[in-house]
Amino acid sequence: MKHKLSLMERFAAVPHAVWTVLFIVGPLLFVAYFAFTDTKGAFSLSNIELLSSYSHIFFLSICFSLVATAFCLLIGYPLAFVMSRCKPSTQKLLMVLLMLPTWISLLIRTYSLMTLLDNGGLVNSLLAKLGLSPLTMVGTGGAVILGMVYDFLPYMVLPIYTSMSKLDNRYLEAAADLGCNGLQTMFRVILPLTLPGVISGITMVFVPSISTFYISQKLGGGNFDLIGDTIERQFKYPSTYHVGAAISLVMMILILISTAVMNRFSDSDGKEMVV
Amino acid sequence: MKNNHSEAKSRTLIELRSISKSFDGEQILCNIDLDIHDKEFVTLLGPSGCGKTTTLRIIGGFETPDEGDVFFDGARINDVPPYRRALNTVFQKYALFPHLNVYDNVAFGLRVQKVKEDEIRERVREMLEMTGLRGFENRKSATLSGGQQQRVAIARALINKPRVLLLDEPLGALDLKLRKDMQNELKRIQSATGITFIYVTHDQEEALSMSDTVVVMADGKIQQIGTPTDIYNEPVNAFVADFIGESNILDGSMLADCKARFAGHTFDCVDGGFAKNEPVDIVIRPEDVDVVSVEKGMLAGTVSGVTFKGDYYEIIVDVGGFKWMIETSDFVAPDAKIGLYIEPDAIHVMKKSEYSGKFGDYSTFSDEMDYLSDPDAEVEEE
Repeated sequence: MKHKLSLMERFAAVPHAVWTVLFIVGPLLFVAYFAFTDTKGAFSLSNIELLSSYSHIFFLSICFSLVATAFCLLIGYPLAFVMSRCKPSTQKLLMVLLMLPTWISLLIRTYSLMTLLDNGGLVNSLLAKLGLSPLTMVGTGGAVILGMVYDFLPYMVLPIYTSMSKLDNRYLEAAADLGCNGLQTMFRVILPLTLPGVISGITMVFVPSISTFYISQKLGGGNFDLIGDTIERQFKYPSTYHVGAAISLVMMILILISTAVMNRFSDSDGKEMVV
Repeated sequence: MKNNHSEAKSRTLIELRSISKSFDGEQILCNIDLDIHDKEFVTLLGPSGCGKTTTLRIIGGFETPDEGDVFFDGARINDVPPYRRALNTVFQKYALFPHLNVYDNVAFGLRVQKVKEDEIRERVREMLEMTGLRGFENRKSATLSGGQQQRVAIARALINKPRVLLLDEPLGALDLKLRKDMQNELKRIQSATGITFIYVTHDQEEALSMSDTVVVMADGKIQQIGTPTDIYNEPVNAFVADFIGESNILDGSMLADCKARFAGHTFDCVDGGFAKNEPVDIVIRPEDVDVVSVEKGMLAGTVSGVTFKGDYYEIIVDVGGFKWMIETSDFVAPDAKIGLYIEPDAIHVMKKSEYSGKFGDYSTFSDEMDYLSDPDAEVEEE
């Protein structure tokens, strides 16, 4: 019986295996191939050597992603906590409200945010009606951060909310019993017990933030060149494919390292949630 | 008929006054009054849903009463949050912090109070010594057995030197042998520390063997408060008589002081103070009935069932349609005709109550008590 089942399972895995090879493993091999060859197709390390001139872009991207992740954590953690303490029906409603934006394409949401923040946009016309001077928002670093936080916040809230709702109320009562006020309970019991969710959330926000390109293009008004933008530009012309592949490779390694580091902090519990 | 705690006790530490509490429109506690004295071992005893856990949680500050007041050492503490109450709790299923090891769990309360680490080390060592947990300092709570977790929970609560320790079914998850050991140990800890213990259980044997005072609860009301012997020997109504031990409860009447009539006969007894011919409930414990020959018996009946219980036989005897439970050390054959002899002081007379006629007849003898003391049923109470 068990044997038959595993055969079935193997068969069921075929479509996914084909998909993985065609669209994930294959392209990855291409990336590696391009990264280590020159335009004539000969083995070359020149693309890798060229990367040092992009170090400031890597640095800027990491900074933007870290700041966006920090904001998501600061907003998302209390939100997840409040959500998990609500009545079940309210929890469902809040969950739908949180997830609703993700039903719309990321691209469209970013464009709409841009129209809101634009010089002649909704926010500025409201300011004008109130008699305040208009603000230049699109093209600033703040707008890029806002875009990242707005787009990726649900991915921070979800895993934290999941570990919050698994948190047994008895631990909170035990903490209160042993002399903890609300804040002490938060830092001595709730935070350590929901850490796996926090780790997952950080990973799930940091990774898309560091590789995004259209958020910085649209909301940054072209003033900020992040890794994603740079890669996109390289792949517009065949002659620079090879440099683009090298940058992509380094970014993937960067993400892998950061994911591995985050998993170190987390229990086995959190690993299954990491993408 | 005494149902008050008679001995002159040390002063009152906790007072509950007219406490009522409902959840979702369902009345859980109905006008509870209770005094708990300093250094006393008090047990709240009753079946699932009787309100004993809610009473404990109100004392602990985890629930607020809808009506009534809670006093601690003379001060009203209704609005005092749990973390500012001078008491600690051993929770049902312990609630040990899974992210901390044994040492850090026990040290938790002291760390919150910002006690110096040197002193914490000394006091944790003392506590682990007392609870027999030396050498377990670095173990995570999930790797401990039920009995060990229990000890950690006790150590974690007692290290804060509370005035009162609340224990919510602390032994419910342990097997029988371990339960007995832990009962003795808890009793030892209580007399060694002099801390007031308020103990919640549905196990009447546990309540009788550990407590100074037993509070029997049912249907959100206190039925009886007394010493274990009072509760066993002088139950106030059919519920208490049935819940504490086994009881034959018969419908009867008092002809005069010390003259009770039931089962078609008139018996000498030792109770009085009832109106003439007042209808009453009569309680006779199974071990208080002597099996004699039919001629020597006050009542005669037919044995309808015999169960070997190890050191005694439990027999069911049909006397004119009413089935008695009797415990005897001599074997009696099924279907044998026997006589029953009852000493006057074995007859306990109770006033009629809302529980009259509901308990104490073994004609449909089933393991009613087993159901009431089913620990799984108890968990659902919250």
